[in-house]
Amino acid sequence: MRKVSAFNLAAILIGVAFLYLPIAVLVIYSFNASRLVAVWGGWSTRWYAELAGDAPLIDSALISIRVALVAATASTILGTLAAVALVRFGRFRGRLVFASMIYAPLVMPEVITGLSMLLLFVAVSADRGFWTVAIAHTTMAMCFVAVIVAARLVDFDMNLEEAAMDLGAPPLRTFLTVTLPLILPAIAAAWMLAFALSLDDLVIASFTTGPGATTLPIRIYSEVRLGVKPEMNAVCSIMVGGVGLAVIAASLLTKLSAARGAPARSP
Amino acid sequence: MTDTMTGQPKRSRAQRLVVGIPYAWLLVFFLVPFLIVLKISLSQPAVAQPPYTPLIELSAGWRGVTGFLTGLSFGNYTLIGSDPLYLLSLVKSVEIAAFSTLLLLAIGYPIAYGIARTPRRIQTALMTLVMLPFWTAFLIRIYAWMNILQRDGPLNQLLTALHIVNAPPIWLAADTAVYIGIVYSYLPFMVLPLYATLEKLDESLLEAAANLGCRRWKAFWLVTLPLSAPGVLAGALLCFIPAVGEFVIPDLLGGSQAPMIGQTIWTEFFGNKDWPAAAAVAVALVCLLVTPIIVFQHQAMRAAERD
Repeated sequence: MRKVSAFNLAAILIGVAFLYLPIAVLVIYSFNASRLVAVWGGWSTRWYAELAGDAPLIDSALISIRVALVAATASTILGTLAAVALVRFGRFRGRLVFASMIYAPLVMPEVITGLSMLLLFVAVSADRGFWTVAIAHTTMAMCFVAVIVAARLVDFDMNLEEAAMDLGAPPLRTFLTVTLPLILPAIAAAWMLAFALSLDDLVIASFTTGPGATTLPIRIYSEVRLGVKPEMNAVCSIMVGGVGLAVIAASLLTKLSAARGAPARSP
Repeated sequence: MTDTMTGQPKRSRAQRLVVGIPYAWLLVFFLVPFLIVLKISLSQPAVAQPPYTPLIELSAGWRGVTGFLTGLSFGNYTLIGSDPLYLLSLVKSVEIAAFSTLLLLAIGYPIAYGIARTPRRIQTALMTLVMLPFWTAFLIRIYAWMNILQRDGPLNQLLTALHIVNAPPIWLAADTAVYIGIVYSYLPFMVLPLYATLEKLDESLLEAAANLGCRRWKAFWLVTLPLSAPGVLAGALLCFIPAVGEFVIPDLLGGSQAPMIGQTIWTEFFGNKDWPAAAAVAVALVCLLVTPIIVFQHQAMRAAERD
C-alpha cells in the first residue's frame, strides 16, 4: 500500500480546510444572537424565526425552486440527447459546431451569456419573467448535463448493447431497455446538479428576469450588496444545507451508476 | 471506439431527432443571441424602448437590407477605443485573471498531487469533498467571505488576538479580497483537471528516475510536471476564461475605483442603459477570449475522445 507523505497530507488538509472553513463560519454566525458580527451574543435561532415572516423572501425562494425544477428537467432531456449524439453518432455533419456549442458555455463569462440571451428575448419582444429565466438556465445547464452524461456513456460497456441487438432488438428499443436504465443514475445526478446551478445563478437571471420573477439570488444580492445582514446568514445556511444534501445524493448516484454495467476491467 | 451506428449511410428519423433537438436549441439560444449582440453593438443608442435604433426592418424588404448596411455604425467601438475607462478595465480584468490563475496553480497543484498519491479507495471521496463547494451556491460562498473579511470580522479578530497585527487591516474593497474570492471559488475547477492527469501518471517512471539516481525534486521537475502539462493547461483555461468576465466577486469584495470588465458591461447595461455600448464591450471581451476558448474546446474534445 502506498504511503502518504507528510507534505501531501498537509496539502490535502489545508486545501479542504480552506474550502470548508468559510462556509462553517457562515453557518455558525447564522446562529449568533447578536446583530453585530464582532459580538458573539450566544446561540440563537432568532434569525431563522425572522425569515419565516419575510413574505417577499419566501416568494423569491418559491420562484427560484420553480425555475430550477423546469430548467433542470428541460436541460436534462436536452443535455442527454446531446450527449448521446456526441458519443454515439460518430462523425456527422456539423459535429464540430455542435460540440463547440456544448463546450463554449461551460467557460463563457456569465455576463456575456446573460446579455446575449436578454437581447434575443428583446428582439423577439418576448415578455420577460419566469419563462425567460427558465429558458436561459436550461441553455446554460444543458451543457453541464451533456458533459456529465457523455462521460458516463464513454465508459459504457458496448457489449451489452451489441448483445441486445444480436438478439434482435432494434436500436431505439435497445437504448430504452438496456442503455437508459444503466445510465439512469448519471442522468439523475446531472438533473440534481442542473437544479443546483439554476438555484444558484445570479448574473444570467438578473439579465433575463422581468417583473414578478425576482429569484432568490437576486433578492439576496440586493440585500447583501450594502453589507452583511444576519438574516441573510440564515438564508444562506439553509441553502448550503439543501444544496449540500442534493449534491451528496447526486454523487452517491454517480457512484452507483459507475458500478452498474461498467465494463469488466482486467485486474 | 467501437461504434455500431457509423457504418450506416442513412440515419434513422429517431437519430436525426436526437441530434436535431439539442442542436436547434443551442442554435436558437446560444449562437443567434451572439449575432444579435454583434448587430446591436453596431447600432446607435436611442431614447426609446428598447434603447437602440432598430437596424433591420424585415418588413421593408430589400430597402430594409440596404438601410441596414448603410446604417451600420462603428461609433461604439471608437468610443471603447478612445475612452480609457474601457481599456483600463479590460487590462485590469486580464491582469487579475492571469495572476489569480497563477495563484490557483500554486495552491491547486499540491492538493491535486496529494490526492493522486493517496490510496485509490479514498481518492474518489477526497475529490467529492473538493468538488462539493463548487455546487454549493457560488453567491453564498462569496458572501461568506464578506463576513470573514469585515473590519471587525473573524479574520481580523484572530489576527489581533494572535498579535500578528496591531491595527485591523482593511480587506474589503481592495484587490486582495478579489484575489481571495477568485482563488476560493475557482479552486475546485483547478484541482479537477490536475487530478485527472496526475492520477493517470505511471509511477514506474518515477521509480525508474529514482533508480537512476535522480533526486525527488528533480524527478518531479523533469518527469511529473511535463507529463501533467495537459492538466495544467486545462485547469488554467477553466479558471482564466470565466475569471476575466467575473462580475459577482469584484462587485461584492472589490473596490469601486477600477472596475473589472464584467462590472463595466453590467453598469453600461443596468446603470447607463446604453445597450449598444454594453454589447460592444461584450463583443470586445469575446474577441479577447476567443483564442483561449478555442484552445479549451480542442482540449476538452480530445480528452473526451481519448478515454
